[in-house]
Amino acid sequence: MALSQAALFEAKAEKASARRNRLLSLPALIVIGIFGVLPLLIILVYSFLQAAPYGGVQWKFSTDAYLNFLFQQDIFDDTLQFTPDFLIIYLRSFLFAVVTTIVCLLLGFPTAYFMATRTPAQRNWWVLLITIPFWSNLLVRTLAIMFIIRDEGLINNLLMGLGVIEKPITMLYTNFAIQLGLLYSFLPFMILPLYASLEKLDFRLVEAANDLYATRRQVLWRVIIPLSLPGIIAGCLLVFIPALGAYVTPLILGGGIHLMIGDLIAQQFGSGRNWPLGCAQALILMAAVLVALYFYVRNTSGKIQHG
Amino acid sequence: MTIKQERNLPQRAGFLNGVIVPEQPGKNAIEVRGVRKVFGTGEAQVAALDTVSVSIRENEFFTLLGPSGCGKTTLLRLIAGFDFPSAGEILLYGEDIAPLPPFKRPVNTVFQSYALFPHMTVADNIGFGLEMLGKPKAEIKARVAQMLKLVKMEALAGRRTSQISGGQQQRVALARALAPQPKVLLLDEPLSALDYKLRKEMQIELKRLQHETGITFIFVTHDQEEALTMSDRIAVMSAGKILQVGSPRDIYDRPAERFVADFIGETNFLKGTVVSKKSGVATVKLASDATVAAGFPDNFDPTGAVTVVVRPEHADLIADASKGTVAGTLANVVYFGTDTHYHVKLDGGDNFIVRHQNSRSGAVTFEPGAKVGIVFEDDGARILKD
Repeated sequence: MALSQAALFEAKAEKASARRNRLLSLPALIVIGIFGVLPLLIILVYSFLQAAPYGGVQWKFSTDAYLNFLFQQDIFDDTLQFTPDFLIIYLRSFLFAVVTTIVCLLLGFPTAYFMATRTPAQRNWWVLLITIPFWSNLLVRTLAIMFIIRDEGLINNLLMGLGVIEKPITMLYTNFAIQLGLLYSFLPFMILPLYASLEKLDFRLVEAANDLYATRRQVLWRVIIPLSLPGIIAGCLLVFIPALGAYVTPLILGGGIHLMIGDLIAQQFGSGRNWPLGCAQALILMAAVLVALYFYVRNTSGKIQHG
Repeated sequence: MTIKQERNLPQRAGFLNGVIVPEQPGKNAIEVRGVRKVFGTGEAQVAALDTVSVSIRENEFFTLLGPSGCGKTTLLRLIAGFDFPSAGEILLYGEDIAPLPPFKRPVNTVFQSYALFPHMTVADNIGFGLEMLGKPKAEIKARVAQMLKLVKMEALAGRRTSQISGGQQQRVALARALAPQPKVLLLDEPLSALDYKLRKEMQIELKRLQHETGITFIFVTHDQEEALTMSDRIAVMSAGKILQVGSPRDIYDRPAERFVADFIGETNFLKGTVVSKKSGVATVKLASDATVAAGFPDNFDPTGAVTVVVRPEHADLIADASKGTVAGTLANVVYFGTDTHYHVKLDGGDNFIVRHQNSRSGAVTFEPGAKVGIVFEDDGARILKD
């Protein structure tokens, strides 16, 4: 009797605590609902409307926005012609994002490993150094890159001063400039989760693997990388997704010549005056990211086997 | 999965066929010669090992015993290759291994924390060393099965290491280190995380494994009882030096230094002055004016003021105080089940403990406050270097 009463009480207490926990998440849920889900719904609705001549939308149902993504209407006979312009920009953006992610991983992993193997006091200083870029605005930092790589910039002046080159190397407003800018802006987002993961790594496991005849390379592939996989996944997501939608960097360093998805979408709401097309482009990007994420997580989560 | 790699590791003594094949009886497996290990630089320099030399015989269960910070783990890490000596040589069957990285030494370690790979199963953990040596898959599988049987873990081969108990993890760590058939197995306080009963079980288990595999074991512990029960020979260490190497009996009955006697077991210390000496036995006059005959080590010549040590069980209480070697007043009687400790305040002022094994018959009872005499067994009193 007493036991069942105790069990009953426990179940009650558990329920109450679950209710309390839900209540704790309520403020965040409200913010996400109003400023995340609601705008998304608005975008979804707008993408199926007609563009008004001077921006905004006309409340008439239309799938033109999605058709216009791949096809262009002929001005004279209204036939649809396949135009891959947008698709090319999308593919190029994906390529930029993939290269950014891979290079950030290759640069970030050794850095994070170095940081994680310092003494605890030194580690804090390194984390602080990595976060220094966050203290100033991305726009300002991107403009600074511009000053370094432009024709009369630091690099070209230095190389010409040393007599290595005669004419300045054009770097600004090229794909190279965009790639450099993306790498620079997103590297900390790779290093920090990698560091968090490696910092928790029990380095006695490295000794154990060494003791069991594993060379340094084998230790890396068989022990360190598998155990830091959660950090690798988190870092790749944190770099890939924002890099794909980057706006400021390609705008400034690409000079508006080499567009990325973010600039393309922004254009539709500005000079393009085609809000429904902008909404459709944003949703297509989101769908593409979700599909890519699904396969990525499915492939990697199977390899994380420890708690 | 397997990264193929040929390593030129020395041939090992085979044991898995159930036959122990010693390479050459009486040979030294490990010889540590004048090894120094200094940590830090400049002013902050600390010598963790101060010119240590010791030989460890083949197939021996050798224990490094000492308090924490005595350098025993440092010595083990130097043999494993995790650290490198500042000076000196470490020979493995005559070959200097001190400059080799750990993955080139045919020596394996059982870690205090076990250090099992959390992303692998029990079987994968055990097979890891063989896989890294580039052994064929079939051989690895067979050896892992043998190892699982050896440590009685067959049923849990597919489990993750986080899903098994501390005692089971201990067994897996042992199997993993034994699987590549190392020439020497290093054990860094492997039993310290286990509870008392499990520790007792594993002590017997370790002795069995050492006997069955015929591998030289170097065992590090701060637990003197563990060292005495398991070892063939013990090296007692303190402050980066080896004070004495010998069999458990040697170390206990004939400690070479006061530190050894104090660290291992309980000991009574009596102050006195040497009156005369001949052939290894000195006559010492104690504070209470009583004289005792006390032995001393060969390498030591006691003169003047000395300390005489007597183990509590090498002395006995008698009711007639005048007939005792020393005499005093019984201060306290502590009952321990298997034996009883009598705390005696000697007439000279020193405290003395007598341990008496309890038995059903012939129990002698003494009451606190009584005047008692204490007699020493033959060779019970010894003079030691301070």
